[in-house]
Amino acid sequence: MTDNVDRSKRRLLLAATSAAGGVAAAGMATPFVLSFMPSERAKAAGAPVEVDISGIEPGTMKVVEWQGKPVWVVRRTQEMIDLLAKHDGELTDPACNVPQQPDYCNNPNRSIKPEVFVVIGICTHLGCSPSYRPEVAPVDLGANWAGGWFCPCHGSRFDLSARVYKGSPAPTNLIVPPHQYLSETVLLIGDDKQKGAA
Amino acid sequence: MKYLKNLLGWVDERFPLIETWEFHLSKYYAPKNFNFWYFFGSLALLVLVIQIVSGIFLTMSYKPDALIAFASVEYIMRDVQSGWLIRYIHSTGASMFFIVVYLHMFRGMIYGSYRKPRELLWIIGVVIYLALMAEAFMGYLLPWGQMSFWGAQVIVNLFSSVPFVGNELSVLIRGDFVISDATLNRFFALHVIAIPLLLAGIVFVHLVALHAVGSNNPDGIEIKKKKDANGIPLDGIPFFPYVVLKDIVAVVLFLIVFCAIVFFAPDMGGYFIEANNFVPANPMQTPAHIAPVWYFTPYYAILRAVPPLFGSQFPGVIAMGVAAVAVLFLPWLDRGPVKSIRYRGTLYKGFLASFVISFIGLGYLGLMPATPTYTVISQVLSVVYFAFFILMPWYTKIDKCKPEPDRVTSK
Repeated sequence: MTDNVDRSKRRLLLAATSAAGGVAAAGMATPFVLSFMPSERAKAAGAPVEVDISGIEPGTMKVVEWQGKPVWVVRRTQEMIDLLAKHDGELTDPACNVPQQPDYCNNPNRSIKPEVFVVIGICTHLGCSPSYRPEVAPVDLGANWAGGWFCPCHGSRFDLSARVYKGSPAPTNLIVPPHQYLSETVLLIGDDKQKGAA
Repeated sequence: MKYLKNLLGWVDERFPLIETWEFHLSKYYAPKNFNFWYFFGSLALLVLVIQIVSGIFLTMSYKPDALIAFASVEYIMRDVQSGWLIRYIHSTGASMFFIVVYLHMFRGMIYGSYRKPRELLWIIGVVIYLALMAEAFMGYLLPWGQMSFWGAQVIVNLFSSVPFVGNELSVLIRGDFVISDATLNRFFALHVIAIPLLLAGIVFVHLVALHAVGSNNPDGIEIKKKKDANGIPLDGIPFFPYVVLKDIVAVVLFLIVFCAIVFFAPDMGGYFIEANNFVPANPMQTPAHIAPVWYFTPYYAILRAVPPLFGSQFPGVIAMGVAAVAVLFLPWLDRGPVKSIRYRGTLYKGFLASFVISFIGLGYLGLMPATPTYTVISQVLSVVYFAFFILMPWYTKIDKCKPEPDRVTSK
């Protein structure tokens, strides 16, 4: 019996069947993998948000939610702004060469107006939200601390322009979201295209 | 009795009942010199059953919805009759699972249970361990407390550090651009059905592999080499009833400890259930101090110990992943002439002791905030941890071992 087997034909049929089966399996897997991707509803979320910044006292910060993430709006004092230029040597990317901000914020203060600073409050390391520590040289953060954010998860340090200090686990500065002023006191976060129209 | 025998006969003609019983229990010969280290395999199986049963009942009252998940856990704790007990059994079971499994793995290490012919048995065991980590991680998101949320945020972000595809990968895992309801829902599905099913399957395969090659023992010698006229190992005793009875003693002691935790210290001072997890998840604010649950902290400390290289956190993630799967390679790293620690030399014992110290030390540091001093200690201990594996082919080979006995020894 075995002598009459056409082995090459059998191999061909086996390969053809396996290939067809493989294609079918990949086809079947597609809808399941697709269902793992963000849903249309999740993609639609994340509309720009308006923030009234008139109530933010100098030196304090307001947290607003945009795309499910915290966005910080800080009103910096003149002393804070003056301190920003004094520690460039300790920063990983003091000139903000890594594009972590829109072009109109690629300036020494990383902001449209020097005193109002807007940034996404998510650490570029592993996504924790750093704590706001505006005070200068507190006991737990050391004498060199010039105010900024400290990430409780892995100890990343950022200055008051959210630029990361050397030696932190975070690789880059925090991200400045696209934003624009609708008026003197109202900010639109998440959209910088339609000036005046929201 | 006669009817019962007839029924057994009827079944046995249609299903290999007696054969299975004999192969796995009454005629499975375990070495007679098992010591207490050999309890932990059976105990792991017990905890698996406890987790499945308590988990099924929790599922009946829990709601996997980001808006009401936290409240549904509080509902279980306050309003469901005995709900608090079932939940504490499940949360204590999670930590006890890791205690038992870590001791079970350590037993395998000290007695060389991973050596030939048990390499595949060991690999299957490591897969169980990895599945268990995934199961525990996804389960921890479900109460939707602050630690649930931020723990998941950090772990899922580990995947986004993978070069090129990282961001897409983390979005695929979350099903959203942030940890959200979609993430909670899929983690629930994976936690209650996908991974338990997988776990049950690989635990079964683990036992089949064990019963094919036979159990190792504290002397690390093969009892199958010395058999009597009937082909039964001279140093073997039937698993049922002898080893089963011995295991029951361990089960009783284990349950005493288990119940003491459930009733008197269910959160174990914040180590089994972290204090911040009694606060509902808040995506806007990370708690002032976050740490994973204790069983992940050694790897977490390694992750934090590696500084970013080339502007990427990926090297740390790789180090953490390699640390978790390093034991997988033990069968091929160990070049020692003997298996058991009883006949090893001082060199191996020294390296093993330093490994244990580094594992526990890293576990402690992973719970602590990242200060510069702690980071340096973590870096030193990480090097010690990896040195145990990397240098193993060298030190096990040149170590001065004692001769193994012909037959197992017992007092």
